[in-house]
Amino acid sequence: MSAPSQTSELTESVASAGQLVPALRSAAAAGLVAFGLCFPIISYHAESNMENELVLIGRWPLSFAIAALVFLFVFLRQMARADWRIWFDRVGSIAAGGMGGALVQAAREGEGTAPPSAARAAFGRYFGPFALGLVIAFPLLALGLLGPSASLKWINNYGVQILIYVMLGWGLNIVVGLAGLLDLGYVAFYAVGAYSYALLSTTFGLSFWICLPLAGILAAMWGVILGFPVLRLRGDYLAIVTLAFGEIIRMVLINWVDLTNGYAGISGIPHVSFFGIPFTDDDNGFAAIFHLPFTPIYRTIFLFYLILALALLTNFVTIRLRRLPIGRAWEALREDEIACRSLGINTTNTKLTAFALGAMFGGFAGSFFSVRQGFVSPESFTFIESATILAIVVLGGMGSQLGVAIAAAVMIGVPELMRELDWMKKIFGEDFDPTQYRMLLFGAAMVIMMIWKPRGLVSTRLPSVFLKERKAVSGDLVKEGHG
Amino acid sequence: MDNFLQQLINGLTLGSIYGLIAIGYTMVFGIIGMVNFAHGDVFMLSAFIALIIFMILTQILGLGSLPLVFIVVMVAAMALTALWNWAIERLAYRPLRGSFRLAPLISAIGMSIFLSNFVQVVQGPRNKPAPQLPNHVFNLTGGAYDVTLSVRQILIVVVTAILLAAFWYLVQYTSLGRAQRACEQDRKMAALLGIDVDATISITFVIGAALAAVAGVMFVIYYGVVNFADGFVPGVKAFTAAVLGGIGSLPGAVLGGLLIGLIEVFWSSYFTTDYKDVAAFMILAITLIFMPSGILGRPEVEKV
Repeated sequence: MSAPSQTSELTESVASAGQLVPALRSAAAAGLVAFGLCFPIISYHAESNMENELVLIGRWPLSFAIAALVFLFVFLRQMARADWRIWFDRVGSIAAGGMGGALVQAAREGEGTAPPSAARAAFGRYFGPFALGLVIAFPLLALGLLGPSASLKWINNYGVQILIYVMLGWGLNIVVGLAGLLDLGYVAFYAVGAYSYALLSTTFGLSFWICLPLAGILAAMWGVILGFPVLRLRGDYLAIVTLAFGEIIRMVLINWVDLTNGYAGISGIPHVSFFGIPFTDDDNGFAAIFHLPFTPIYRTIFLFYLILALALLTNFVTIRLRRLPIGRAWEALREDEIACRSLGINTTNTKLTAFALGAMFGGFAGSFFSVRQGFVSPESFTFIESATILAIVVLGGMGSQLGVAIAAAVMIGVPELMRELDWMKKIFGEDFDPTQYRMLLFGAAMVIMMIWKPRGLVSTRLPSVFLKERKAVSGDLVKEGHG
Repeated sequence: MDNFLQQLINGLTLGSIYGLIAIGYTMVFGIIGMVNFAHGDVFMLSAFIALIIFMILTQILGLGSLPLVFIVVMVAAMALTALWNWAIERLAYRPLRGSFRLAPLISAIGMSIFLSNFVQVVQGPRNKPAPQLPNHVFNLTGGAYDVTLSVRQILIVVVTAILLAAFWYLVQYTSLGRAQRACEQDRKMAALLGIDVDATISITFVIGAALAAVAGVMFVIYYGVVNFADGFVPGVKAFTAAVLGGIGSLPGAVLGGLLIGLIEVFWSSYFTTDYKDVAAFMILAITLIFMPSGILGRPEVEKV
């Protein structure tokens, strides 16, 4: 025992000494590159003065600090490769050799009787219903714990906001995850739905419950109209053309002032009512009829359950459709379009139904958006929204319903949490505004998530058709679709 | 006719800028088959870098001679933007090589969001007006025509032409260019024949960024103002140019850029400025739907 450990320690020390110089060298190189990247854009801040002339304000310490941080990070990472792993191993072996040994042994025996896959399967089976129960109870929990005024923010900014994106993610999942059609202009259908409700309710006075299906139908029609010309396109090309269509719809919304009021948007959209009972502070209002004290929270809670119901409808329809011939045709199309065609599947209809259904749910979400905000403008339907929804679908693991929901909660909830970071002002001074870093970190998170987990958070798939036993397969085996 | 000639000049100037950006798209697409979504934002970043370096030279170092300042700004902006794109490729795209096809696209979209917001955070959200430069305007009043041509426009077109010629020589006649074209045709085979594929791809990003930086300098000179959100629309238009000319084809990118510039300018002049971006996007959609291989591109052969 002693002789081999001595030699290994010897080689370790030699390795760490040999590690030092290359680690320093690469850290210096990285630090220099970081300094080069910082040089003009961070080192100097160009600011307009009173005469609207630009003046430069030096910020050298910041750029030196960034370069030093990069240097330290790279250096430690290089050194950690050799040394830290050994230290971790040593600590681990001491623990295992001492009193921890019995525990480890017990744990291993436990694993023998119950294989870890069973535990994972149970987790997979019960996590969905558990999460759903939690979501249903969320507004009541928030109301009970925080009271009406403090919980409003939580239900509205987190609950409703995340659920809108869950629904949009599930809607886009039909197009991207199931049919494998890469759509970068999904926000167009969201916009069509939002403007449909806004225009129909303000000009014709139609109620939300009539406008909701109409908005869905109109969005589905646009899905077919935009889907038809792009049937032949594949992959990246399809993504770019759908992006172009999304931008065209937004520009039409901006420039067709007679209809849409341009940049100013449409305001005064009727708010949602409780099946005809308005959430107002008078005798016919919701609070008065149900003998409750008036607070605006009831409307928010109703909106929460409304979007939850809409999202669950999307989920339910998607799950059912996956088992119908059309859903199987989508997935077959994603895997191999040529094989589909030779087996007699009508690829035109298959693609168009995917576009139409995805767009329909986008339209539902859009009309919900406009009834919630009471105001729509083209600013809400930029390309960033499309990219966000696509990122949610891809991060969710393309095709996994639960994964999309988790990804939406992460991608929307975490940037919202950034708004709460007021304590950081105490560290960085009063000028520090955490919300301004929201989108910066959002973009960085997209890159990091892709590198860390390119197959998404839930990277296994359950097949919709199986012979004897339903086995989860790795997401790597699922194609992302070529067209 | 006056208007036509005037718009022709304006369109060629704008088209030169688009063409320079389009080369970055078309080269990257050619070599790794990826739409480098962040390229428009790299262009925007280069415009900021150019503007700040110009101010360092004139305000802090007090250089007076404009041609010298121009050359230093150009070289520095090209070098620093190239460094940025090199780092972006190294950190955000290289780890995803060999991953599934959507991964680099999503990563590039994330990078695009990151870059525009990074510039917003470090330089502020407001428009940055560039200091006024002397701009001599020639009146070309030969015969019945009345057309103006500014020094800036001449400068943009001439510098673009010179750089394109240099770039053409690089790709067509040097070993670097040969390696690049080899990687474009078959990366695995190129690696087997001793070409360092990773280095070649890095250099592709570096060259693309350097040309985008030239476009960034021109953009600042031409419009005199730059904003952190200025990357997206020129980026999409340059991508449209690359697609129109035939993606993967370098002369195609330049031709496409000039065409997009001309179309945009004529559209604004003869129809309405409101829908000028719609025109570019419509061209993108129509080209991809009816002529996916563009004007000078090779048609994609599908192997079963």
